[in-house]
Amino acid sequence: MKKQSLKKLIQTLVLALGAFLLAFAPLAGTLTAHAADNQSSVSAIKKRGYIKIAVFGDLPPYGWVNKDGKRVGYDLYLARRIAKDLGVKAKFVQVNANNRVDTLNSNKADLVLANFTVTPERKQTVDFAKPYMKVSVGVVSKKSDPITKVSQLKGQKLIVNKGTTAEQYFTQHQTGASLLKFDSKTQQFNALKNGRAKALADDNSYLYAWVKNNPKYTVGIKQLGKSSYIAPAVKKGNKSLLNWTNKEITKLNGENFFEKDYNQELKPYFGSEVKASDIILTNQK
Amino acid sequence: MAHSGINVLFEGHNFVRLLGGLWTTVWIAALSLLIGLALGALLGILRTFKNRLLRLILRLYLEFFRIVPTVVLLFLAYYILPRMMHVANLPGSLMAVVAFALWVAAEFSDIVRGALISVPKHQRESGMALGLNRHQLFRYVLLPQAFRLEMPATINLATRVIKTTSLLMMISVMDVINIGQQIIEANNHLYRTGVFWVYGLIFVFYFLVDYPLSRWAKKMDAKQAD
Repeated sequence: MKKQSLKKLIQTLVLALGAFLLAFAPLAGTLTAHAADNQSSVSAIKKRGYIKIAVFGDLPPYGWVNKDGKRVGYDLYLARRIAKDLGVKAKFVQVNANNRVDTLNSNKADLVLANFTVTPERKQTVDFAKPYMKVSVGVVSKKSDPITKVSQLKGQKLIVNKGTTAEQYFTQHQTGASLLKFDSKTQQFNALKNGRAKALADDNSYLYAWVKNNPKYTVGIKQLGKSSYIAPAVKKGNKSLLNWTNKEITKLNGENFFEKDYNQELKPYFGSEVKASDIILTNQK
Repeated sequence: MAHSGINVLFEGHNFVRLLGGLWTTVWIAALSLLIGLALGALLGILRTFKNRLLRLILRLYLEFFRIVPTVVLLFLAYYILPRMMHVANLPGSLMAVVAFALWVAAEFSDIVRGALISVPKHQRESGMALGLNRHQLFRYVLLPQAFRLEMPATINLATRVIKTTSLLMMISVMDVINIGQQIIEANNHLYRTGVFWVYGLIFVFYFLVDYPLSRWAKKMDAKQAD
């Protein structure tokens, strides 16, 4: 009896393996077959009459959906303008942080405008156009006892969120601050409010939004280390749309488009402490 | 109550949007079940035939869809197939129907096969003794009796499909969970407790869709016990 059930198990395993091979063999053969045609070139988009843009649906104030069901935010403002300048309609594909690359590669979207930070790793899988926004590490502290220089952190406790660029920065640079690490944004901000540490470091754009609701605190250090850039991304090798987008961003910079975008979409969240130039980029840079 | 999270549900079009998301969930599940059950019934009948090659192929099909997790099926249908082959780039909701329908067909074919072979042997033999051909045997003897046997398992499968639609947000389909998350994030800075109300409402929605089905399954079970 036992022997028979073992035999049955082996039989099932072999069957399963066969099923996998059968399903994937034809796929592997066609892997490289269709690299040449570009379904997302500028002319293809114009011919189609609409551009598919991948955006966030849950990240206010960059890409989110307001109570009337309309997609709004800093990225969306730019997306609508790009569609208008191409002379086509905009169709939005909602993405999460981890499927932005796949969405481009499987032609589900022509362009990604989803707070996409340019990193060397990502550059190998997609093509980034000129950036339209910058973020960097900032430090928030009490208004009554502000931290404005990194040297003030020596011997102090500093809160960071695990896995962020802020944690990376303070691990790599010897600042003399001892780190208190937390798992979520909610935890880390509560810890700061409870006085567990003198200051907290995170992406400056989050901090701007947070101090707006917590006026006792201030972003004393607005920028630490190098800025990261947020840029539109296209499928790797899509020269046509990449060049067009680069020209478009230069043109929009020339007419202060991003300042308008900032004032309409981001300013209400960030408050008056932040200037547009802390976030947006201009042609000079 | 001025700042209670329940307000999140009734601001602007939020409630209507959630209902719209529920509709997406329901129509994708219903259409997948319709196609999947029809295809699965056919495959299930074929699986009771003696032809070894046919049985092997259908068995492979079943094992593939039973072993591969649904989320992987969805990724295959949505991201990988269009990239590797020249399959027309259909919207996520239709690719989801394709993936779900094939999955339902695989699972249902096993239910049908099981029900068909558990119809008492004397029924089949009596049918043959009456001179019924194979078609008549299935049409008048086996299928009607198998139908009652497979009912509870089928309803169970249906509730599973409805719940599994929550994976659709992974392939950019705006189902009820996806819209719920949009609403939560859009209101997070104003209503900290909004998340409980939104997920609470989604819970009620799923319950309202699934509970009648499971009641029905229970009734069927009781009937069979008689």
